[in-house]
Amino acid sequence: MSTRYDVVIVGGGGAGLRAAIAVAEARPDLSIAIISKVYPMRSHTVSAEGGAAAVIRPPDTLDDHAHDTISGGDWLCDQDAVEAFVAEAPGELLRLEHWGCPWSREPDGRIAVRPFGGMRRVRTWFAADKTGFHLLHTLFQTSLRYPSIVRYDEWFVTRLLVDDGRVWGVVAIEVMSGRIDAITAESVILCTGGCGRVYPFTTNANISTGDGLALAYRAGAPLEDMEFVQYHPTGLPFTGILISEAARAEGGWLVNRDGYRYLQDYNLGRPAPGPVLRSMELGPRDRLSQAFVKEVDRGRTTDTPWGPVVHLDLRHLGAEVIEARLPFVRELCRDYEHVDPVRELIPVRPVVHYMMGGVSTDLVGATALDGLYAAGETACVSINGANRLGSNSLPELLVFGARAGAAVAEAAGRHTGPAPAVAAQARDEEHRLESDLLHREGGRERLATIREELRETMEQGVGIYRSGDSTAKAADKLYELRERCRNAAVDDHSRVFNTELVAALELSFLLDVAESIVRCASLREESRGAHQRTDFPARDDERFLAHSQIRRTGDGASTVSYRPVTITRWPPAERVYGR
Amino acid sequence: MADTITLEVARYRPEQEDEPTTQCYEIPMRREWTVLDGLNHVKDRLDGTLSFRWSCRMGICGSCGMTIDGDPVLACETFLTDHHPGPVRVEPLRNFPVIRDLVVELTDFMAKLPHVMPWLVADEPPPDTEYLQKPAEVDEYQQYSMCINCMLCYAACPVYGLERDFLGPALIALAQRYNLDSRDHGDHDRLEILSAPEGIWDCTFVGECSRACPKGVDPAGAIQRYKLEAAKRTVRSLLLPRGRR
Repeated sequence: MSTRYDVVIVGGGGAGLRAAIAVAEARPDLSIAIISKVYPMRSHTVSAEGGAAAVIRPPDTLDDHAHDTISGGDWLCDQDAVEAFVAEAPGELLRLEHWGCPWSREPDGRIAVRPFGGMRRVRTWFAADKTGFHLLHTLFQTSLRYPSIVRYDEWFVTRLLVDDGRVWGVVAIEVMSGRIDAITAESVILCTGGCGRVYPFTTNANISTGDGLALAYRAGAPLEDMEFVQYHPTGLPFTGILISEAARAEGGWLVNRDGYRYLQDYNLGRPAPGPVLRSMELGPRDRLSQAFVKEVDRGRTTDTPWGPVVHLDLRHLGAEVIEARLPFVRELCRDYEHVDPVRELIPVRPVVHYMMGGVSTDLVGATALDGLYAAGETACVSINGANRLGSNSLPELLVFGARAGAAVAEAAGRHTGPAPAVAAQARDEEHRLESDLLHREGGRERLATIREELRETMEQGVGIYRSGDSTAKAADKLYELRERCRNAAVDDHSRVFNTELVAALELSFLLDVAESIVRCASLREESRGAHQRTDFPARDDERFLAHSQIRRTGDGASTVSYRPVTITRWPPAERVYGR
Repeated sequence: MADTITLEVARYRPEQEDEPTTQCYEIPMRREWTVLDGLNHVKDRLDGTLSFRWSCRMGICGSCGMTIDGDPVLACETFLTDHHPGPVRVEPLRNFPVIRDLVVELTDFMAKLPHVMPWLVADEPPPDTEYLQKPAEVDEYQQYSMCINCMLCYAACPVYGLERDFLGPALIALAQRYNLDSRDHGDHDRLEILSAPEGIWDCTFVGECSRACPKGVDPAGAIQRYKLEAAKRTVRSLLLPRGRR
C-alpha cells in the first residue's frame, strides 16, 4: 500500500515541527506528513535545558554571535551558514514568543537572557531550565492549528525510496499494528535528531539512535564531520542525565577532589567569585571535557563505582536563585543523585551530548540527493564546526527547520512521480522486514549484548581523546559486530507493538553511524575542537581546514573526501578564552 | 538488602491470548535503579518480548507512565528501593485500552487535544518585538504549562474511567494555561468546548488528578477555577446584550 504527500518530514521534534509549520504557512495547499517514531512531544528536544542563543539588544551584535560561534567551532564552521544563522535566530525566537513560549522575563516584562559557555555577550533566552520542553510543546501545540499537517505518530521509518539519485519517500512501520506502508512524497526532510545512543554514557534519550543519519547514508547522501562528537562536561554519574550549563552560567563552580577550581590550570582564565564570560566554567564544552581527562591523569578526581568524577558547586548561589533559575537541575539532583544542590556538591563527569556532524546540507537544508533535505541535529550545515556552543542548537533547529520548510514549499510541483522503480523498492523493503526480522528464527545472541559491545567500542576508540591505534581497533571490532548483528536473536515475532523489532532496526542504524564516526576520526590526523588525536595534538589548517564527507558506495564500502571550509570574514585564528 | 527483587509484570499479547496474564521476573536489587532500569534489565537479558514505552529516563518526555503497586507513576521516577522488598506489581495505566503488555492507547487524548485550542489566539497581528509579560503574569499560567502529557491524571481520574467523552484533567489544565496567559485572547472561543457537558462540568472534583501529577500541575484547581469563571460568564451572557459581555 502507498500514500502520497507533497512533503514527508521524518521526525516530530523541534526541527521537524518547525519545518512543517513553515511549509504549511508558505503553501497551505501542500499536503504534509510528519512521521515520528514517538509522539512528537516525546522527542528529544524536550530534554534541552539551558536556553537558546540569539542577539537581543545592544551592545550585542550579530558579528559578536558569529565570531563566538566560529571560534567556538575551532574555525570549522561554514561562515556563510553562521551569518545566516545569527541573522535569523532572533526572529525565530521572537516567533516562538508570539506563539506562546513561556520565556523567562525581566522585571519590566522584556525577555530575560543569561550568560552561556563560550559566548562573549549575554544572549541566551531561556524558559527557566526547561527551555527545550517549552519550545517543543509550544511548537507541537501550534502545529495543531494547521489542517494540512497530517501525523503518523509511532511510525518507524526503515528506508528511503530512491530512484536515479532522487528521493521519493519512505517505507515505514506502524508500531501499534505492524503495518508496513510506503509513504511517497516529492520532498523528504530528515529531522531525526542525534545519535548519542551509539555511546554507553550519554545525555541523549533512548530514541537518539541516528536513524536519519543512517537512512541518508544508506541512500548515498554524504555525512559530514562525523568525527566531531560533543562531550558535555557535566552529566550525572550512572544515569548520564544532563546538568545544564545554565548551572555554571548562573555562577556554579567546577571543583576537583581538593575543592580546587581546576579549570584555572588549563588556559581558561583565573577564577573570580562570579561568572566571567568566555572564562573558566564558561569556557567551551570541548575544552572543559578535555580538562577533566587531564585531571583524571593527575589523580585529582574522586573515584566512584561509575568512574571518576569532579563536583559542581552551586551552594553559594542560595536556595532562591536555584529555585527560580534552576528548578529542574535541583529536581534531577534530588531524584537521581539523592543530593540537594542547595546544600551539597553535585558529582559530575563528561557525557556524550551532541553530534556536530550530520547529513551534509546546503544553507536551505538540501542534501546531495535531489528531493532529500535535513535539518536540526541530523544535519551538518555547518554552523557548529568542531565544537558546538551551548544554546546554539535550539535556534539552529528553528532557523534551519524553517529554511528547509520554505525551500521544499518553493520547490513543490516541479516533479511528477514517483517513478515506477520506487514501488518495487517498497515491496523489497517489506519483504526484508517480513522475512529477515519478523520471522527470524534461532538467533545466536541477544541484541543488547551487541549493542553494549558497540557502545563500549566507541567510548574506547573514539572518546574525548582518540588515536590512529584506538580508531583502528574500533574499526576491527565494528566489523565483527556487524557480522554478529546479522545473526542476533529477535524473539518477538508479533506485529503488535513489537519494540524488539524496533530495537533491532535501531541497532543496525547505530552500527552504520558508528562506522562513519570511526572512519572519519581515523583519517583526520589533527586535533581540532572535539576531535583530539593524541598522535596529532595540533590543529593542522594546511591539511584539515576542511569538512570530511563520508559516502557509502554501492558495494557497502565507504569513501571519504574533503570539502573546504567556507571563510567569509573571520580568517582562522587561535581560540582564546579567559583573557 | 536482598540481592534480588521480583517484578510481577502484567502481560497481554493480543495475537496470543485473550486475557492479560502475569509474568514474574527476578532482577538484581540495586539502590540506583528505577523500575524502568529493572524493566530494561528484563528486556535486554531475560525476555526481549516484553513491551513498554520509554525514552528520556529523566521525567520530562512523559512516555513511561504505568501502574506500579497500584499507583499511576512514571517508571523512570520510581525507585526499586521505595518498593523493597517487593514483589513490585507493574501494570499498564488504568482507564486506557491496552495495546500490548504495558503499552496503552492514547488515541483518544491525541484526538481531543486540538479541541481545546492549545495555541495562542491573538486579537491583532503580533508586535515587532516581544509581548511584554511581567514575571507575575508568567506565574499566572506557568504551573499549567508544565504538563508533560504523561496521562497519569487520566489514569487516576474516576470520571474519565466511566465517561469517555470527558475532556479530562490535562486538557482542561492546558486550556487554562492559554486562558490565563496575558498574550492570549482565545478564552471566549474555548468557553464553548469547556462548558459543554463533556467539559468541566463532568468533573466531580475528586482531586486525584492533582495528586497523581508528577510535575506539580494542579488540574483540579484549574477545573474549579474555571467552573467559577464559566458560571459568571454564563450568567453574563444570559443577562447582558452581546456587546457588553
